[in-house]
Amino acid sequence: MRKIVMPGDLIARNPRAAGYGTYVEKGKVYAKFLGLLDKTDTCVRVIPLKGRYIPSPGDVVIGIVREVTANGWVVDIYSPYTAFLPVSEYPENALKNRKVNEVLDIGDAIIGKVLNIDPKMKVTLTMKDRVCKPVRVGRVVAINPARVPRVIGKKGSMIKLLKSELGIQIIVGQNGLIWLNGDRRKVSIAEEAIYIIEEEAHTEGLTDRITEFIKKKKGELENGEA
Amino acid sequence: MEKPKLIVDGKRLDGRGFEELRPIKIEAGVLKRADGSCYLEMGKNKIIAAVYGPREVHPRHLQDPSKAVIRYRYNMAPFSVEERKKPGPDRRSVEISKVSREALEPVIMKELFPRSGIDVFVEVLQADAGTRTACLNAASVALIDAGVAMRGMITAVAVAKVDGQLVLDPMKEEDNYGEADVPIAFLIRNGRIEAIALLQMDGRLTLEETRRAIELAKKGVMQIYKLQREAIMRKYMREGEDYEGSAEAAEVAKELSENEGGSEKEGGQSEQEVKE
Repeated sequence: MRKIVMPGDLIARNPRAAGYGTYVEKGKVYAKFLGLLDKTDTCVRVIPLKGRYIPSPGDVVIGIVREVTANGWVVDIYSPYTAFLPVSEYPENALKNRKVNEVLDIGDAIIGKVLNIDPKMKVTLTMKDRVCKPVRVGRVVAINPARVPRVIGKKGSMIKLLKSELGIQIIVGQNGLIWLNGDRRKVSIAEEAIYIIEEEAHTEGLTDRITEFIKKKKGELENGEA
Repeated sequence: MEKPKLIVDGKRLDGRGFEELRPIKIEAGVLKRADGSCYLEMGKNKIIAAVYGPREVHPRHLQDPSKAVIRYRYNMAPFSVEERKKPGPDRRSVEISKVSREALEPVIMKELFPRSGIDVFVEVLQADAGTRTACLNAASVALIDAGVAMRGMITAVAVAKVDGQLVLDPMKEEDNYGEADVPIAFLIRNGRIEAIALLQMDGRLTLEETRRAIELAKKGVMQIYKLQREAIMRKYMREGEDYEGSAEAAEVAKELSENEGGSEKEGGQSEQEVKE
């Protein structure tokens, strides 16, 4: 059973077991922020219930270009830190000798990957990855980043459900931004479903309820057409 | 106005005992747009607190490349007191903001968020003595609600000396006509008082009285600490429909955690499908 812990709660006496969301003082392990306690024999950690997105290398994120410079783009990734995407990290074959602002301009959304973070928390993005691309079509919805694992579901079950039931494309950014593309009405259903997941992230039988919700909405859609 | 008698038949003006707190009501997460928030009532005090951040700091020159900057704004609404208070910061509220910020700073793990800022706003809607302690209590709950990394919790209470008697959590009359008012804030970790985060004194106490005042505050503060925790629990239990003791919560939490590690990979996987 998982317990809610608050900052400063003593959660273990073995400093070697200290994991994410904990801090050690005088050989004791305390929780660092509000979250759910995850305790195993070898490791204790705290799963956050709230909080901003803190980038870490390798994360797939969705961001919006806020500034164009001579050698890259400043990208808002909905975190305390803005990210920088250098031109050199944009796929060469897609550049085609265009000017920087013709490739990506202010307000454009991109799917990128966090390449590196320096100790001053300067975040560098890359788009040299097969998942990365500028977002030209579809819709981007924002949720609380702490709920992202729930939207993905157990071994990707929730995302698979949404995709197979609705036949749309979905990419989940670790920063809580989700890109949806496909039939507009079906995307709307998915968007609603995602908000339900965000709202009821801790409740039982969520996957079943989402299945039902989508079936119902799909039925309404078909009846409307007929 | 002449000083009224503050202690009658061993009871205070509102019928409380010397070591009794005023009724307290705390609610977490009352503002939707803030990252964390709290509404608190302590007797006739009504306080609302909002926390934003960690977020980017503007203006830029205030940024600290090694740690987060914390900004605390204590403000009294013009209608919070009988005689209209001129709006805007004045000498008193600037000072309270400063000391309160300094009480919170060592508790927040600033070094985890270099170059960012955490903004705490507390508004006094109705004042009835001991607002700075009530504000700190509200700010502390709001900070936890925002998911900010902290070493523990700040809980504060005031002690006053009226008619030669030390009393806990003074109300307006006792503050106005008392001999001393001592707001004290503690850092509480894991249910234990670890340190004093703030101590101010208006008036005069002997050394012995100060010692007793701190002991008295410690007693009061533990009750408030419990209420603060309950307020946060209540908010997240509401979301989870009775967290503790329910198998469902465990199941969901397990799912949450299992996905944490694998989620990045899952993300990658789904994108591959898209490409195909």
